[in-house]
Amino acid sequence: MSVIRTTVSACCAWLLVASAWAFQPPPQREFVPVSQLPPTEQMPAAPLLISAYAFVWVALMVYLWTIWRRLNKVEADMQALERRMAQRSGTR
Amino acid sequence: MRRFFTPLAVLTALMLAYAPVLIANAPFESTMGLIQKIFYFHVPSWFAMFTGVFICGIASVVYLFKGRPQTDRLAVAAAEVAVVFGLIGLVTGPLWARKSWGVWWQWDAHLTMALIVELIFVGYLLLRAYGGPGSEKLSAAVAIFGMANVPFVYVSANIWRTVHPPTSVVPELGRTAPGMAGPFWYCVLAFMLLFTLLFSARTHLERRRAELDELYLDEEE
Amino acid sequence: MFFKTALLVLRKDFAIELKSLEVFTTTLFFALSCVLIFAFAFVKEGQAPEDAAAGILWIAIAFSGTLALGRTFERERYGETLRALLLAPAPRPALYVGKLLGMLALLGVAEVLLVPLTAFLFQAALFSRPWLLVGLLAGGTIGFCAVGTLFAAMLVRARSRDVLLPILLYPITIPVIIAGVRGTAALLASPPDEPVAVMWIGILAAFDVVFVTLSLWTFEPLMTE
Repeated sequence: MSVIRTTVSACCAWLLVASAWAFQPPPQREFVPVSQLPPTEQMPAAPLLISAYAFVWVALMVYLWTIWRRLNKVEADMQALERRMAQRSGTR
Repeated sequence: MRRFFTPLAVLTALMLAYAPVLIANAPFESTMGLIQKIFYFHVPSWFAMFTGVFICGIASVVYLFKGRPQTDRLAVAAAEVAVVFGLIGLVTGPLWARKSWGVWWQWDAHLTMALIVELIFVGYLLLRAYGGPGSEKLSAAVAIFGMANVPFVYVSANIWRTVHPPTSVVPELGRTAPGMAGPFWYCVLAFMLLFTLLFSARTHLERRRAELDELYLDEEE
Repeated sequence: MFFKTALLVLRKDFAIELKSLEVFTTTLFFALSCVLIFAFAFVKEGQAPEDAAAGILWIAIAFSGTLALGRTFERERYGETLRALLLAPAPRPALYVGKLLGMLALLGVAEVLLVPLTAFLFQAALFSRPWLLVGLLAGGTIGFCAVGTLFAAMLVRARSRDVLLPILLYPITIPVIIAGVRGTAALLASPPDEPVAVMWIGILAAFDVVFVTLSLWTFEPLMTE
């Protein structure tokens, strides 16, 4: 399980760095003052794009972590239960 | 499935790590520019979500009429993973929409349908969590009704409003922008593998919980 | 046998309800207060926004319907009569149909009060095409009650059933609400847009057929322990 965690966390870190570096918008051909562009063009795209990808990663990581945490709890309960039953059958 | 889990995880991680390279090199869409690149993760999330919804619906039908506990485990795992991917879609969508349409949300057919389906399956999970004993069957009914409802929500919301890019953007991808089809289907594959991974992990958790319950019952005897 | 059982269940519910009229009167007054709240929320300078009446009517129906469903089945749970019904050698889907007919009757009467009240308070020309309006109301109420009766019945033994019923019911009945409101709004336009209203009635009819069938099909496995 820890192999997967390490691999996935490493890829996650690489991905965030790579996404930030790789996305550069195409160069503009001619001069247009920013105030003359329509409102949707005046908004910078990069923060929205980066938040979108970052959210995807965060959500997936959080979900994997919750599964891992619940699984650990179930395994711990199982071991405790097995120990109790072994004790009981031992003393019977 | 256990044997394949680690190799599958490594493969998926590698695919997802390489995805930004492909996405960055894909051609820019003429009207939307940079922000359209969200599409490469947004649409595959929805594919994964609807796969989950489908699996949940079918497993629920089998569970309701045959009563096999494994199908119920599959159903709850599929529902939970579907809700996660749906949440991803519902957050990345507005982030895309804010830039390209100027508003965070539009009440058109696709968005409304996606939101309703997400709500139905969140309701499914709430019922499982708070419904008390016997809620497995009840939630199976919710999943079945939810799945049956999808075409109705789509049609009614469609007639109500339509602003979303036409559905045909997916099949026509090869023709309109050949450079985009490659990265897109690559991301779809990566997300499907991711779905399989999360789904099997969640089913494993459910199976261990069932075994724990059995142990508790044995202890009482 | 099937319809006899359904009608027997309906008569039983009727008889019980006639004794105290509890669910009936409280649902009616709840619907009334719902509409009043909307009146205070939306009416500005004596005028409500266009088409507000359509939305308000259907929201009032949905809310009072949810309450009525919860209360009717709460009574069953309290008297443990649902288990007695299930033990009877009657076809289970017939029990569902009997309960559905009872709910339809209750909501139908509520609508008879609500429609004139909404038309009156919001100056809405709801009676310009009365038969189309009846078609919309019938289609919508059947769709809403079909899913509602099944969910309320299945939640009878669940915990947190009061809040879970709306959480589960509303997303599934959204097509009914959309169709009902848009159809009624089409009737409120001047002149009333009849083809659009007929189209929405068609969608409601399709919804009703699909979901009544689905409910009949799943009622038995759901109610069996």
